[in-house]
Amino acid sequence: MTELRHRGAEAPIQTQSSEDKGSDSELRLEKDGASDGESKGDSGLAEVPAPADDTPEVLNKALSGLSSRWRNWWVRGILTLAMISFFFLIIYLGPIVLMMIVLFVQIKCFQEIITIGYSVYHSYHLPWFRTLSWYFLLCVNYFFYGETVTDCFFTLVQREEPLRILSKYHRFISFALYLTGFCMFVLSLVKKHYRLQFYMFGWTHVTLLIVVTQSHFIIHNLFEGMIWFIVPISCVICNDIMAYMFGFFFGRTPLIKLSPKKTWEGFIGGLFSTIVFGIMLSYVMSGWRYFVCPVEFNNDSNRFQVDCEPSELFQLQDYTLPSFLVSFTGWTTVRLYPFQIHSIALSSFASIMGPFGGFFASGFKRAFKIKDFANTIPGHGGIMDRFDCQYLMATFVNVYIASFIRGPNPSKVIQQLLALRIDQQLHIFNSLKAHLMEKGFLPALEDVMA
Amino acid sequence: MTELRKRGGGGGDPDSSDKEADLDDRLGTDGECDGDSKADTPDVPLSTADTDNTPQYLNKALEGLPPRWKNYWIRGVLSIAMISGFFLIIYMGPIALILIVMTVQIKCFQEIITIGYRVYHSYELPWFRTLSWYFLICVNYFFYGETLADYFGALVQREEPLQFLSRYHRFISFALYLAGFCMFVLSLVKKHYRLQFYMFAWTHVTLLIVVTQSHLVIQNLFEGKIWFIVPISIVICNDIMAYLFGFFFGRTPLIKLSPKKTWEGFIGGYFATVVFGFILAYLLSQCQYFVCVGFNSETNSFTVECEPSEIFLMQEYTLPAALQNILTWKTVNMYPFQIHSIFLSSFGSLIGPFGGFFASGFKRAFKIKDFANTIPGHGGIMDRFDCQYLMATFTHVYIASFIRGPNPSKVLQQLLMLQPIQQLGVFHTLHSHLRERGMLPPAATPQAE
Repeated sequence: MTELRHRGAEAPIQTQSSEDKGSDSELRLEKDGASDGESKGDSGLAEVPAPADDTPEVLNKALSGLSSRWRNWWVRGILTLAMISFFFLIIYLGPIVLMMIVLFVQIKCFQEIITIGYSVYHSYHLPWFRTLSWYFLLCVNYFFYGETVTDCFFTLVQREEPLRILSKYHRFISFALYLTGFCMFVLSLVKKHYRLQFYMFGWTHVTLLIVVTQSHFIIHNLFEGMIWFIVPISCVICNDIMAYMFGFFFGRTPLIKLSPKKTWEGFIGGLFSTIVFGIMLSYVMSGWRYFVCPVEFNNDSNRFQVDCEPSELFQLQDYTLPSFLVSFTGWTTVRLYPFQIHSIALSSFASIMGPFGGFFASGFKRAFKIKDFANTIPGHGGIMDRFDCQYLMATFVNVYIASFIRGPNPSKVIQQLLALRIDQQLHIFNSLKAHLMEKGFLPALEDVMA
Repeated sequence: MTELRKRGGGGGDPDSSDKEADLDDRLGTDGECDGDSKADTPDVPLSTADTDNTPQYLNKALEGLPPRWKNYWIRGVLSIAMISGFFLIIYMGPIALILIVMTVQIKCFQEIITIGYRVYHSYELPWFRTLSWYFLICVNYFFYGETLADYFGALVQREEPLQFLSRYHRFISFALYLAGFCMFVLSLVKKHYRLQFYMFAWTHVTLLIVVTQSHLVIQNLFEGKIWFIVPISIVICNDIMAYLFGFFFGRTPLIKLSPKKTWEGFIGGYFATVVFGFILAYLLSQCQYFVCVGFNSETNSFTVECEPSEIFLMQEYTLPAALQNILTWKTVNMYPFQIHSIFLSSFGSLIGPFGGFFASGFKRAFKIKDFANTIPGHGGIMDRFDCQYLMATFTHVYIASFIRGPNPSKVLQQLLMLQPIQQLGVFHTLHSHLRERGMLPPAATPQAE
């Protein structure tokens, strides 16, 4: 595998023709990061490498007969199918694998964005910077994963002595780690490069804010139930594909100057087809416990389990149709999972707001004059290119669940209760008793207090 | 008040701190008047230091003195004025404190954003100022909403619109933020993409630094005013003590970033601050006004009477043998809080200065002498608060890790949000737990219907 990178001044101009990627048939699987150092000596253009043709040779040979335009479609199509199959595979493999994949994707996205920052600012000769960026990534991940682990693996953590201490002082340890990085940054400030270093510091923090918090929200959603992970991501993917198809067949009116290929027809067609897709997908998935149950860690068997009594969200209910629909379809009631109604909200968000994440990424790429974030996926660009519409979706789903679906977790509340002082516990006990008696859940007894 | 601003190449000159050049009557104001000087190239030092913005009466009063002493007098007078201001707002109570923290936060944000505008000449992007302030409002809304919901829980539950706002708080905040995000995307103009992304990132990093710190300061305040006063006093004391020690004994430079800092000042400041913190903690721990926490929902005011928690109760400590021989005391009566104050002082003296170095590096990177000219002799508000950055976060993390348990009213709130069946489950668990601990007589368990 050679690691040549084709870099040139014509990178932004070749926007159309580089799509074809028909020109080169060299075998080049590129690697980010490591190989950037070699090509530092190019002209002062603050441009990142043009997309190299990195389709594997096997594909190239198989498709050598077709004309270049169709070949491009085939490459994209095959890779799309490959990615979707991969998605199904990891769903099958279970929650732990999913978490690891999310972690891996996050690291790759972080690397891609940081690499762009390095190229833009030619910060290679500040060797501390790469170390510090990765160090900050580690710190923030440690903080977030520590909080998640403490919540989910509560009993396991309480059992093991070192884990218990780590969990009790978790915030302090994370803060101390971050501070160390901060002090290292301050001590590493070099006289001529102050501004560069501050830029990279800011760049790293904004990247962490975007990438790491999103991936953390995805993991949280996953723990609510795999359906909360699968349906939003599928809606975004479906919207991408459907908007593309509608735009391809019916597209006429441009949507926004940032992305000239997007059209209003694609946008609206994508919205409706995604909503329909979301409803159907949630109908199919709501029947399966594997998807619907919150992921819990079974303390006895030391494994994750997804077995439970489905909440009322996932039980079929009868809904009376409003009168105009009754006359339209001839049905008076319809059986639906309540989750399907939520899925309409999720699909709408994915179709309407999700593209703004894509426009943000397009604007970012134009601002820094790059075609794709990287070349990891042939035909599609980097991992960030695939995930740009997912930015806002994960946060939205998390906020949606917190606001409309999930109440507090009772076991968590008990934990917090038991950590209070005794007199506070007593006070809460009495308030709770009064509340329950008021609501009629407890018979009115004589006061149990001494 | 004329609003001229003199800009020149003297930014890097250490003597310009004398500010003796002008006797014009100029109080600098940020923001609006920056638009005049747009034509500067980015590399021209954006010096804000050469204007002499001491009020004219002060100038007249100190006319007789030589310039160097005049500078010290101005700094001294302003220092005393600021410290008196600090005492005054402590006296005025928590609500005034919260308002002051918010004002400081807004001013710091404005200072940093103004620097960003000047660096990038982003004035011709009118949306940018609007968007930056909009994001500030969103993030503040989110944080203050969470704080209010936690601490004024009972009040919130009573009023219907407040209850609605509090229940869907996260969703509303997120929707507001999203609106700002979409506005940003729609406002991207073809030639200015890179500028706009820079300003977007600049705004977000500033929010991250300034707003989260101020939020943590407010949260510390809610633990008890002593957790607000002691850390801030420690940082101020360290500043002053390190300066004095450096002035009298300073010889070895500490770090290239800040050539005026010395090791003697650093170490002297450290020990002086530890002693100061110790004494201050002793004085304040006795006063219930500082130690108590909590909003009394009946009287709709902050309580100043309560049962102090055990860290504010005098306890006897046995001295280790080494100290016993020196002092011939066997035990000593101390508040446990004084021991915590040693840790706070150590942090404030050892790590706090890194916040100052960070700000110095920032100022050198963007070639400015001070963040702004708000305080005569001292620079902008950010210049005074740069060492406080990390202190507020440290205090908050310290409290969360070592002092405070979960907040009972918050736990009760969560309880009331559960389903009734879950509430019953929790009720029974709590009941058996309390019975085990002997807080309840072993009566018959109430039967659920």
